[in-house]
Amino acid sequence: MTDASMQNPKTGGHGVSLTAADARTRKRANAEKRFRAYGIAAIATGLFFLIVLFASILSQGIPAFTRTVISVEFTLSPAERDEAESTLFKTKAYSDLFIRSLNNELAENGIKVDFDEAAIERLLGKVGGTIRTFYSENPDKLGEPIEFDLAASSRVDGYFKGRVSRDTIQDSRFLQKSDLDLVDVLEEAGIIKQVFNWPFITGADSGVDNPGGAGIGASVVGSFFMMLVVLGLSLPIGVAASIYLEEFAPQNRFTDLIEVNISNLAAVPSIVFGILGLAVFIQFMHLPQSAPLVGGLVLTLMTLPTIIISTRASLKAVPPSIRDAALGVGASKMQAVFHHVLPLAAPGILTGTIIGLAQALGETAPLLLIGMVGFVARGYPDGFLAGFTEPNSAMPAQIYTWAARADVGFYEKAWGGIIILLIFLLSMNIIAIILRRRFERRW
Amino acid sequence: MPILWLILIVFAIAAVGFFLGRSRALHSSGGDSRGLHSLPFYYGANVALKTAVPAFGLMIIWLLVQPLYVNSQVSEMIPDSAVKEGSSRSLVMAEVRRTASGLNNAIAQGHLTEDMVNNARADITDMTQRLKDAGQVVTAEITQPVLRAAQSYRTLTSTGYSIMNVGVILVALLGAGAGWLQTSSEYRARNVVEQGVSVLLFGAASIAILTTIGIVLSLVFNTWEFFKLYPATEFFFGTTWAPSFSGRGGSSSLGIIPLLWGTFYISLVALLVAVPIGLFAAIYLSEYASPRVRSFAKPMLEVLAGIPTIVYGLFALLTVGPLLLGVFGDEGLGWMKAGTAVMTAGLVMGIMLIPFVSSLSDDIINAVPQAMRDGSYGLGATQSETIRQVVLPAALPGIVGAILLAASRAIGETMIVVLGAGAAARLSLNPFEAMTTVTAKIVSQLTGDADFASPEALVAFALGMTLFILTLGLNIFALYIVRKYREQYE
Amino acid sequence: MNDMSRVERQVDTKEIKLECRDCQVYYGDNHAIKDVNVDIEDKTVTAFIGPSGCGKSTFLRCLNRMNDTIDIARVEGSFKLDGEDIYDKRVDPVQLRAKVGMVFQKPNPFPKSIYDNVAYGPRIHGLAKNKAELDEIVEKSLRRGAIWEEVKDRLHAPGTGLSGGQQQRLCIARAVATEPEVLLMDEPCSALDPIATAQVEELIDDLRSRYSVVIVTHSMQQAARVSQKTAFFHLGNLVEFGETGQIFTNPEDPRTESYITGRIG
Repeated sequence: MTDASMQNPKTGGHGVSLTAADARTRKRANAEKRFRAYGIAAIATGLFFLIVLFASILSQGIPAFTRTVISVEFTLSPAERDEAESTLFKTKAYSDLFIRSLNNELAENGIKVDFDEAAIERLLGKVGGTIRTFYSENPDKLGEPIEFDLAASSRVDGYFKGRVSRDTIQDSRFLQKSDLDLVDVLEEAGIIKQVFNWPFITGADSGVDNPGGAGIGASVVGSFFMMLVVLGLSLPIGVAASIYLEEFAPQNRFTDLIEVNISNLAAVPSIVFGILGLAVFIQFMHLPQSAPLVGGLVLTLMTLPTIIISTRASLKAVPPSIRDAALGVGASKMQAVFHHVLPLAAPGILTGTIIGLAQALGETAPLLLIGMVGFVARGYPDGFLAGFTEPNSAMPAQIYTWAARADVGFYEKAWGGIIILLIFLLSMNIIAIILRRRFERRW
Repeated sequence: MPILWLILIVFAIAAVGFFLGRSRALHSSGGDSRGLHSLPFYYGANVALKTAVPAFGLMIIWLLVQPLYVNSQVSEMIPDSAVKEGSSRSLVMAEVRRTASGLNNAIAQGHLTEDMVNNARADITDMTQRLKDAGQVVTAEITQPVLRAAQSYRTLTSTGYSIMNVGVILVALLGAGAGWLQTSSEYRARNVVEQGVSVLLFGAASIAILTTIGIVLSLVFNTWEFFKLYPATEFFFGTTWAPSFSGRGGSSSLGIIPLLWGTFYISLVALLVAVPIGLFAAIYLSEYASPRVRSFAKPMLEVLAGIPTIVYGLFALLTVGPLLLGVFGDEGLGWMKAGTAVMTAGLVMGIMLIPFVSSLSDDIINAVPQAMRDGSYGLGATQSETIRQVVLPAALPGIVGAILLAASRAIGETMIVVLGAGAAARLSLNPFEAMTTVTAKIVSQLTGDADFASPEALVAFALGMTLFILTLGLNIFALYIVRKYREQYE
Repeated sequence: MNDMSRVERQVDTKEIKLECRDCQVYYGDNHAIKDVNVDIEDKTVTAFIGPSGCGKSTFLRCLNRMNDTIDIARVEGSFKLDGEDIYDKRVDPVQLRAKVGMVFQKPNPFPKSIYDNVAYGPRIHGLAKNKAELDEIVEKSLRRGAIWEEVKDRLHAPGTGLSGGQQQRLCIARAVATEPEVLLMDEPCSALDPIATAQVEELIDDLRSRYSVVIVTHSMQQAARVSQKTAFFHLGNLVEFGETGQIFTNPEDPRTESYITGRIG
């Protein structure tokens, strides 16, 4: 041992002061700062992405919640109606009447503009037909002043929301530059205005050429029925399977097989579950395509592993002393589990189930394969039972359908649909958090 | 009679059985429940279980088997002459089923009557017209054999359901009766009920296995069908993906290589985004962040994991794509032709995977014992030296496992690539070009109009099989590594 | 107490290495160390004894600022190493810990090879210019840790594969490899069997020739065997501090006596 050489001058020995950092220490301190900065940068990047994501959802989705309407007070006397009905082009006659009353309303406001029927058609679509349908359904309203809120065409709507501007528009049979002047005048007169878009929330999907009329309501109902199926099947099956695995399963090969299966199923891509649904439920069992029942079954199989894993965790969290106490007073194993362990684990199970449901609610890929996308959900199901078996869409599938359509007007609907979907997910997660906070028990 | 009614009837019988069993038990001990072997509840439950379980079992089996039986019966009726050139028996059967359900709907709407439908000499053109009037989808003209088959399909199905209804109710009643007769004060009702319940619990747990079997069978059978129509070697080693749109096969090239390349490339870009950000975020959160920062930033990052993939898909298509196009497109650097590209999908998928990587790594880093860190600090190491030279090497296997799990997520992800990656299958190195993946092609091959018997549709099952095996292998490997790692510190 | 004869008593006063005045430590609201004044001498083994939870380990961790890594811990008072306040804002705890090394209760070798375990400190502090120098430092440190003969043929085997006693001696070798001036040992033998304990104690006695050693121990026999100075802690207070021989044979405070005779603890 040559101890003398161990005295390395760099460590300083007794002479070097602690307060004077040498070059190497400074370098190391800088490296430390850099490393810390990488960490902060990583988190900042993650949060930045989150903010960008939400900003683009909100900025592009909120316009979906307003719509542009032309509201005109219109009175049709029985005589005018009979006259219109007697002409050859009935809707044209109604349309003429409407334009006359629009002109009157403008004149009352002291505005004078010239416009023809074609311009009105470009702004509103075939207005005559709408009015005629209204009066043929409500003949008792004849002679009374009726306030019509007629939806403006999607391009006019786009003009109000900044999607269409004078610079970008090209004269076409859909909209001409001159029409925008008319729109401006009507807006000043308070005839064209933006109102809250109830039809978007309550309505059903429209055809591919009418983005303005598309609503998400029907697909919310479709999702609701799907979630009923998922809840009704995955909760009892998941809890039963977890109880078996956690409390009763013997240590053998078969139990191991089940466990391995569950952990692997949790990681199988969702699209594979879609293939399973297509092959088993539709091709083999001939269940109806696009039905919430089938969607629910597929999503149940997909959610089960998640629910089983979280349920087992909450069962495991109940201390063995509780089981021992129950067994000690002569309860059977089954009684100990169902009377004591299960109630104590219930909040955790519920939380896990809600989170599993939220996951299922947002899942899209498997729904594509069981035909929920090709289907245009034009209306609500006829009744409770029909809700399960009648073809319908679901929220994420509806959003995908809109995103895949050619008309740009549907993009706004897709973003709006995402806002609704996220509101549902957020409320489910908040309920789960509240449940957890309120009932969480630490042993 | 809809199935729901049948279910309700069985439940009603079970409920009645419950009360009868319970009261018979009490009666047998002279109204004193202390004279019974078990609590009165168990005698009721015994009867109810014996009512419901066999009845529902029969119902489920019947529902599974009947379509098979009816199909094979009806299929035998169709003469070979009715199967057109280039078509197949299964296609004709699909036609038959469509016609049968059309007939049902037409009756429900009042366009047809039961007698007209069952008339063996019904006029075909008239029938077709009436079906069309009822708004039922009917392909062109219904042929005589198809109509005949559809008629017997309907009769067989409805007879089958009637027999099932009677059978199920009978079994329920028999079960209730048997349970009721067994009931006496000495009967060990609790033990029997508990045994029954544990069998039910076991059945529930076995559903996981059934699901796996279902997945494997549906993939294997259809893949097998596919390889009968299309050579397996060309599928696995073909370098072009060009399905013909006719849906009749023949001219399609269905090579998986370009799809695998697209999948691999997009996943690689996603991991290049997610791994550094996720890992550094995890390191910062577990080693540096104050509890306040941690309690804010961790759930915020995890919000990213709770967002459905369709949202990310739309984000890629409508926000990130145009944004990248602005920078790398013709107006910028000129590298990018369209908004949908490997880069777009990869970037967005990376964002999606950040919380996945960070929370898994966080757990793993936290599992490294504090004693390791103390040892390093005690020697005068700085925090970053400790992390880089002690904590990370110790956590490395676990982190590798986490990255593999993230990779398997990336490979199986569907919505982001369907919307963000484009539809063209190509073998290229340029990340700004559109490419497509296995999952995106599964969707496009199965949502088109191609019929299920054509190679263009069946190829989706072969793709699904490949995807399933790929992700399963990655997962098993990753879980194995993570488990090994955990054992090291337990 | 006949072991005490084994240690040569050096009663003459030595240079004071570490001077602690009015030290207070708080864990959140808990006042863990109250008004402690201790002088640690150079080339001396100082033992901290006392019942569990009396604050001796906490105090030890103040001496190289290991408490900095615990968020809720707060330290007050003056700690002077060679006359310099170690809690001065300008002091980098990293530099301090290179001078004041530490060995922990449970052997905690890194999951690396034996060689890398020992070389870790010299590497991060840049003590070796080249591989040959590093090899030399590693060998010397392992010799000082009295473990060289046992591991010289398997320097590249993982450190975690050694026995408990070997692991602890490896950790001591790892600590001395950075050439510290003070070596803190937090119950270094509590996880070891009697034979390994004897080996480590012998090692501590050797180390005294070059370092100032502070050892926290549960075992009074151990304190008596290896230390020259002993401090007795009780409920966060330093009850008595003095020559080991005096503390064990003729304690001034009744609490010390109770503890030594086994009535409290």
